[in-house]
Amino acid sequence: MIEIRSVLALMVAAIALHSGPAVAESIVLASTTSVENSGLLASILPQFTAKTGITVHVVAQGTGKALDTARRGDADILLVHDPEAETQFMDEGHGRTRRQIAWNDFVIVGPAADPAQVRDGKDSVVALEAIASARAPFVSRGDNSGTHATELRLWKIAGHTPNATSEKWYRDIGGGMGQALNAASAMDAYTLTDRGTWLSFNNKASLVIAVEGDPRLVNRYDVIELDPQKHADAKLGLAKALADWLVSPEGQQAIGAYQVNGEKLFNPSADAPK
Amino acid sequence: MGDFLGIIGVSITVSLAATAIAAAVSLPLGAALAVFSFRGRRALVILTNAFFGLPPVVVGLVLYLALSRSGPLGFLQLLYTPTAMVIAQAILAAPIMTALVHRASERAWARYGDELISDGASPVQAIPQILHIIRADLLTAVLAGFGRTISEVGAVILVGGNIRGLTRTMTTAIALQTSQGELSLALSLGAVLIGISISISATVFALAGGVRTAGSDET
Repeated sequence: MIEIRSVLALMVAAIALHSGPAVAESIVLASTTSVENSGLLASILPQFTAKTGITVHVVAQGTGKALDTARRGDADILLVHDPEAETQFMDEGHGRTRRQIAWNDFVIVGPAADPAQVRDGKDSVVALEAIASARAPFVSRGDNSGTHATELRLWKIAGHTPNATSEKWYRDIGGGMGQALNAASAMDAYTLTDRGTWLSFNNKASLVIAVEGDPRLVNRYDVIELDPQKHADAKLGLAKALADWLVSPEGQQAIGAYQVNGEKLFNPSADAPK
Repeated sequence: MGDFLGIIGVSITVSLAATAIAAAVSLPLGAALAVFSFRGRRALVILTNAFFGLPPVVVGLVLYLALSRSGPLGFLQLLYTPTAMVIAQAILAAPIMTALVHRASERAWARYGDELISDGASPVQAIPQILHIIRADLLTAVLAGFGRTISEVGAVILVGGNIRGLTRTMTTAIALQTSQGELSLALSLGAVLIGISISISATVFALAGGVRTAGSDET
């Protein structure tokens, strides 16, 4: 029995490790996946922590899920990118302030063979119409994220929202941006992606940028502080410190300085929102 | 690299803690299910066996709703902490360990039960003796529970949030690397995870040395 006791002792020690002192000052940031997957937050948050001593725990979700997490009271602050869903969130009284911190753009990527012949186009809606009429495979996030919402708005302008069950070329994968890009590269499909995730994504296979530069493809990132009445338990003071830092010259400089392979992923825009 | 070691550390400590908690409940419970007979015992045994297949993502979701600040246990402020992950994994491991311990206890009880009782042991006193008799099977049960916890991703990503440096485990890191298209990195992390599972299993067996079950020697 002694041997088994030593195994149990080891496990009890593991429990003890978890009951150590909690981090003194920390907040939960519910964010869109792109700012995490692209490496932006890992690059800039240590600078904020070094300056303020506040640790930021990032829970990366799609924008829809992130807003819901905050509604339930499980986040202290938000970093998201879906203007319409954010407006609704503010109208419901959950948010106190909403400030733009950066922008970049969405691009439509697709196989180099370009079966729908949309390459080098500037009009995203025309491109989607061409993809639909060519019945070329298209991967949709289908996860209620900011990117998914943007995609649905484009289809709406095109006048035809594909039905994933009856139109087999339209593949609703219900997953994050990285999953969608993995799926698109495996299926030689088109998909809509934010430029940040695209540039830092490392499994592009035959995928290339097909459409970029459409003004409708602007992608805005906002920091939202929560309403003190609805979210009395949230650490609003610490959250405000983060929000203020993100829009400060120092935070903006940190965002603008972040590059992957020599390319800038996010354009700071606190002073001149797009 | 610091990240990497941190991730391994979170994985191992969370899984060990969950396994220990599950063992503390499952070992006596599994033996008790063999020793005591009561109404509904059979149903309970069937249930623990059925919960082998408890979907982690469902456990994660239910726990997420319970621990959410707007949920019934929100005041504990456990969501997105390692403790929440430990709870989720303990829930997943407990049925497996209980069922395996029960199975072995049942055999030992059939063989030695009368002897233990005539020696003057009450059923409650018999439980530790039964556990002692089946100690080799306990290792299998504990390792099966540990295997369930260290390899699990669906529940811990929901209640832990995959927070870098806090709740990121090997499995959630693999999911993240995959979503960043870093497939070879994800694969090497996977290899490390398997390596760790093997070393832990080997260590436990080494610690257990020549432990044998009296019952299994004879059957």
